[in-house]
Amino acid sequence: MVGMTNSLTHGGSSGQAGIETIGVSNGEVRDYFALLKPRVMSLVIVTALTGMVVAQGAIHPVLAFAALLAISVGAGASGCLNMWWDADIDAVMKRTALRPIPAGRITPSEALAFGMTLSVGSVLFLGLIANWLSAGLLAFTIFFYAVVYSMWLKRSTPQNIVIGGAAGAFPPMIGEAAVTGSITIDSVILFAIIFIWTPPHFWALALVKSADYARAGVPMMPNARGADTTRTQILLYTLLLAPVGVLPALFGFGGLAYLAVSVLTGLWMVVLAWRLYRRREGEASVKASWSLFGFSIIYLFALFATLLAEHGLGLYVAVPGFA
Amino acid sequence: MMANDDQLPDSRDRQGLTEIDRKRRRSRSIALAVTLAVLVILFYVVTIAKMGPDVLQRPL
Repeated sequence: MVGMTNSLTHGGSSGQAGIETIGVSNGEVRDYFALLKPRVMSLVIVTALTGMVVAQGAIHPVLAFAALLAISVGAGASGCLNMWWDADIDAVMKRTALRPIPAGRITPSEALAFGMTLSVGSVLFLGLIANWLSAGLLAFTIFFYAVVYSMWLKRSTPQNIVIGGAAGAFPPMIGEAAVTGSITIDSVILFAIIFIWTPPHFWALALVKSADYARAGVPMMPNARGADTTRTQILLYTLLLAPVGVLPALFGFGGLAYLAVSVLTGLWMVVLAWRLYRRREGEASVKASWSLFGFSIIYLFALFATLLAEHGLGLYVAVPGFA
Repeated sequence: MMANDDQLPDSRDRQGLTEIDRKRRRSRSIALAVTLAVLVILFYVVTIAKMGPDVLQRPL
């Protein structure tokens, strides 16, 4: 068994020198957990749970927990397949070089088997315990992230994360579908918030990591169109995001607390995007990028956590005229 | 140059695994066993929840 080799030659970059690993798995349990991108999973848990709580329907708490678990594992599986496919570029980027596959702790074939098993298992499980609409959406999400984004868009267009952002936006819709068996405008709005949030979030990071992406040959917006164009795009998307973030309150499923949080945090997002737009050089520019990137995470969590609190803890107070 | 049948010079066993490899394999095995046990419990509880309180109320 020892002596089997695997080379990191995915994603069409067959020219890269292979990293040899032994055939017997050498990974620790935490390496397998890392393959699931736990930080992304935590975001999926929050957004999918929000979709379930906001949904106009009822579900047995045990089934709700199991459905949430299935959605989370499905999201983790797509992250695992992404790491399998992108192992070659992960190896040349500082930010990702220590991931389990490029670091040689888990072989690519193991990651592929792990990701596929969890993908099929989570979709079937969700279909059996909830309904096949939600399972179909979960399957599509996994396919979209692993195939459409990772294999196709990521290395071919600077719009990669704009279109690929849809994969991260589906969980609230899957959550609602798991509860009601249907999709309403509520989860479409939640989808839109995450979808429009994704470009400024990722491009703020890409601005400071552009050298990393350039080395890996990934055409992120700062590399392909330049930093100035990226700043303009970030500002435009943020100007669109701020009002879209308020929509749940205007459609009646976000209460007064949500209205306050979404307006204040939305305005702060615009301020940070404007600062990034104005500060184009030196340390101030880097600092502005990190500020926007960091706050964008807080912004999304704040919006969904407020909706969760309003509906899950009974704190919902309708906005006058919009109930 | 083997010290004996069970021990290779670099502390690898007959399968070529070092002490660290064996320790990691044991951890993975335990994690897998725990995962399987959790799945058994989860499938059981979900089945009961899905069938509802009338699970035992059926005509013979």
